[in-house]
Amino acid sequence: MTGAEPKVTLDLALEAGLTAEEYDRILSRLGREPTYAELGLFSALWSEHCAYKHSRVFLSRLPQRGAHVLQGPGENAGAIDIGDGWAVVFKIESHNHPSFIEPFQGAATGVGGILRDIFTMGARPIAALNSLRFGSLDDPKNGPRNRSLLAGVVAGIAHYGNAFGVPTVGGEVSFDDAYALNPLINAFALGLVRKDQIFFGKATGVGNPVLYVGAKTGRDGIHGATMASAEFDEEALEKRPTVQVGDPFLEKLLLEACLEAMRSGAVAGIQDMGAAGLTCSTCEMAARADTGIEIDLSLVPQRETGMTAYEMLLSESQERMLIVAHKGREREVGDIFRKWDLDAVVIGQVRDDGRMRVTHNGETVCDVPVKALTDEAPVYERKVRSPESGVRSPQPQLDQFQDPASAAHETSDSRLQTPDFNSVLLKLLSSPNLASKEWVYRQYDHMVRTNTAVLPGADAAVVRIKETRRALAISLDGNGRYCMANPREGAKLMVAEAARNVVCVGAQPIAITNCLNFASPERPEVMWAFSEVIDGIAEACQAFNTPVVSGNVSFYNETEGRGVLPTPVIGMVGLMEDVKRVIQPGFKNAGDVIAMLGATHDDLSISDYAAVIEGRTTDQLSEEGRAPVLDLASELAVQTACLRAADAGLLRSAHDCADGGLAIALAECCFSSLNRELFGADIDLTGDYDVNTRLFSESPSRIIISFDESVLGDIEVIVAAAGCPMTLLGNVGADRLHIQSDGEEVVQLDVAEMESAWRSSLKNRLQAEVLAAGTA
Amino acid sequence: MKFGVVVFPGTWSDCDFHYVVSEVLHQPVRYVWHRERELRELDCVILPGGFSYGDYLRAGAVAGRSPVVDALGDFVAGGGLVLGSCNGFQILCEAGLLPGVLTRNECLQYRCQSSHLVVENVDTPFTRGLRVGQVLTMPISHGEGKYYADPETLARLKQQNLVVFRYAEADGRITKKSNPNGSLDNIAGVVNPEGTVLGMMPHPERASEAAIGGTDGLLMFQSLLGSLVEDGTFLKR
Repeated sequence: MTGAEPKVTLDLALEAGLTAEEYDRILSRLGREPTYAELGLFSALWSEHCAYKHSRVFLSRLPQRGAHVLQGPGENAGAIDIGDGWAVVFKIESHNHPSFIEPFQGAATGVGGILRDIFTMGARPIAALNSLRFGSLDDPKNGPRNRSLLAGVVAGIAHYGNAFGVPTVGGEVSFDDAYALNPLINAFALGLVRKDQIFFGKATGVGNPVLYVGAKTGRDGIHGATMASAEFDEEALEKRPTVQVGDPFLEKLLLEACLEAMRSGAVAGIQDMGAAGLTCSTCEMAARADTGIEIDLSLVPQRETGMTAYEMLLSESQERMLIVAHKGREREVGDIFRKWDLDAVVIGQVRDDGRMRVTHNGETVCDVPVKALTDEAPVYERKVRSPESGVRSPQPQLDQFQDPASAAHETSDSRLQTPDFNSVLLKLLSSPNLASKEWVYRQYDHMVRTNTAVLPGADAAVVRIKETRRALAISLDGNGRYCMANPREGAKLMVAEAARNVVCVGAQPIAITNCLNFASPERPEVMWAFSEVIDGIAEACQAFNTPVVSGNVSFYNETEGRGVLPTPVIGMVGLMEDVKRVIQPGFKNAGDVIAMLGATHDDLSISDYAAVIEGRTTDQLSEEGRAPVLDLASELAVQTACLRAADAGLLRSAHDCADGGLAIALAECCFSSLNRELFGADIDLTGDYDVNTRLFSESPSRIIISFDESVLGDIEVIVAAAGCPMTLLGNVGADRLHIQSDGEEVVQLDVAEMESAWRSSLKNRLQAEVLAAGTA
Repeated sequence: MKFGVVVFPGTWSDCDFHYVVSEVLHQPVRYVWHRERELRELDCVILPGGFSYGDYLRAGAVAGRSPVVDALGDFVAGGGLVLGSCNGFQILCEAGLLPGVLTRNECLQYRCQSSHLVVENVDTPFTRGLRVGQVLTMPISHGEGKYYADPETLARLKQQNLVVFRYAEADGRITKKSNPNGSLDNIAGVVNPEGTVLGMMPHPERASEAAIGGTDGLLMFQSLLGSLVEDGTFLKR
């Protein structure tokens, strides 16, 4: 044993994040006290971050199979067959805790980690997206901190993705007080690979050499996985040393070298060193292949001197990989890495004894069964309890939903009688949640690799596959307020919205990945929401035939006893057969007919209207509000109608009508974009509900489409065959948005004025942060 | 016409240029590794965008002293053409093959967006198919693209008509608002006095197909192809 390492006691185990029962389990499994290094292994591999010990029993309820699924959850990322011998590999992952402690490096290494998950599978990353949630930018107390978190996170994502050379093509950014001390930073990446050349993280072939490749190991990030599995308090910022520092240039070299080594045929298995570094990668590779691994830490390339075994095993230094090469071909792998100026060192070999054996300076520091660390990690069925108050019952209140007259009557009294809808609309458009996110995405290179067919800002991003005619559409969607009010319905709504977004650019939804962001799993009401969310996702994914192929769970998003809203983020991937069929956002031609697929109901109670215009707080919204009710059959009818019309080449534009409601969706369709001038619209609304509801209700299952008048008949046939309601709203105009309600004018605005309010909102709020950061 | 696309560790627009040359222009093209010095069989060397050697010093500073860039001097003296875009422009300035420097964007942030360029010099093989005053639309994507040259150099650039592109409005007017990075005099691209080495911050390879946002970049490549004479030399005007 290394002299510097302390004797292991129960206190030390508790300090390392294990429970007393878990420590007892280790003692009885090993039949002795673990060494300090072994304690480190158990603490990392039995953390929620690595073992999913609180969530595993729930996650098995998600649909994970489908005709196109090549690889479901359990590997570095999921893989889907997209035809012609090609596959896409994708996953979303959280980096919430590190980003709160150190926004720039936390977000940057989040991007680095998800990219490695993709190219570990042999796939070249072709698209990155991210889903970001922060506290309110305008909050008097936390506003400055929230603004600097946003500026830091965006700069970190840009720093890493831009230098690496992956286009950051889309995502979402939203704001709510519930995320003030718990920002959510979820990074998504997708890669392309030949279907028969996917690599797996398996240590196969007894006697095969184990190679360490990439950056040298330092003391950074020790216990990152354990840190990410605990709540935060005031001392959180003292944990800054647990956040790693990323080097996108090194990762780019690692990408090229790994792909080249894989093409050479010398690689048997490969695994990224992410959370819990060397520990996690060796154990997982051996566990998946049912083998053992032996490594000698003295051989590991180190950038600091005097590191202990414990530190080396738990270091989370970035840009490192573990490769199992075919015996006798290690020199070939070494040559390729040297070409890219990277280390590649044989540090051990695959064994047949099912044990993880680590030596350091000639002494054995770990000798434990691999299965004890991985498959035998504790699994908890946490208590689940529906909160007695504050959260809606899982069953939607259908009576109210089905009786528009009473709903309208009930709500009209409580709202402003005759608001000035022009100023309401302008105020909504410039509210941070609805405003243009150009300030964010213009900092990301979203065009490199020249595949980006639909630029950021649309319902979904579209990247073409140069090797085929096909293209992929990708959308990330989450909404904590809906899920707080009703976790099951909220989760269904998110899957539906993500699918609808993909449909709006002309693609067929094929599979999802998800990132489940929750507060402490030790609270029964959190686990109840978690369980409900899982069931909601499962139900919706079954309806859309979109299996869950990968994902990530992030618990303990809780600071000073305050947790985040239950926030599942859905990453939907869709496929279109011909990139020429892509539907670019926005109105294209004055005189075109504007119509709405689907129907509006009274879904104002948790809307942006309620938050921004009525000034309701998050607590009020989630306690008094009712999540919109989703009818999966109606949703499918709307999506089918839109896709068929798109496939027939009949649509000039399509846009999801969701956050902010119909008026916001119409305004967005009017705005200009690259290669397209702005347009106006003349709209006449009729039917049930008051004006507020008609304009701002957030009913799901609605798409605004525009098309040439001559194809109206064809579209009516398609829509009727799909069983989807359609309402003609009006026509595309010149430069003003003009909305009447039952013939009475309610909105009359210059589109340029609206667009300016929408575009400048984030910039105006954030400019000071940039200048401060630049001079610091 | 034979193209070479240089690959430094950290280059990422290499495959985009390669794709345009081989799949859109149908011309022979090969990758040139940063340690190579043998360029004689090529007609045009492209220095693409990226973060060469990580660009942790000044952008292009390390690449400007690399073996392949060292060999560019002889290549240019022998009549070869060089197109540097984005990081390639930064490298050409660092290597002294073009005047001026590129510094951090005035907004202090990375910028990826569409830009309009007004053409000022058509006496180069890269631009001879264009008109003076013509407006091209091409994306930019950089953090260090603010062009600067000292007053004497700027005067010489103007006097010898070496500024090829300037950032402009869609109608060709040169305004402060249309300048995305604070470049001196809205300068987006410059050429050497012989007209054979062109550096520009915008990305012509990202504007060479209708499916991904325009074909104005292709006009430059077509100019190039039309400039090659049978004896292997290039027409300017």
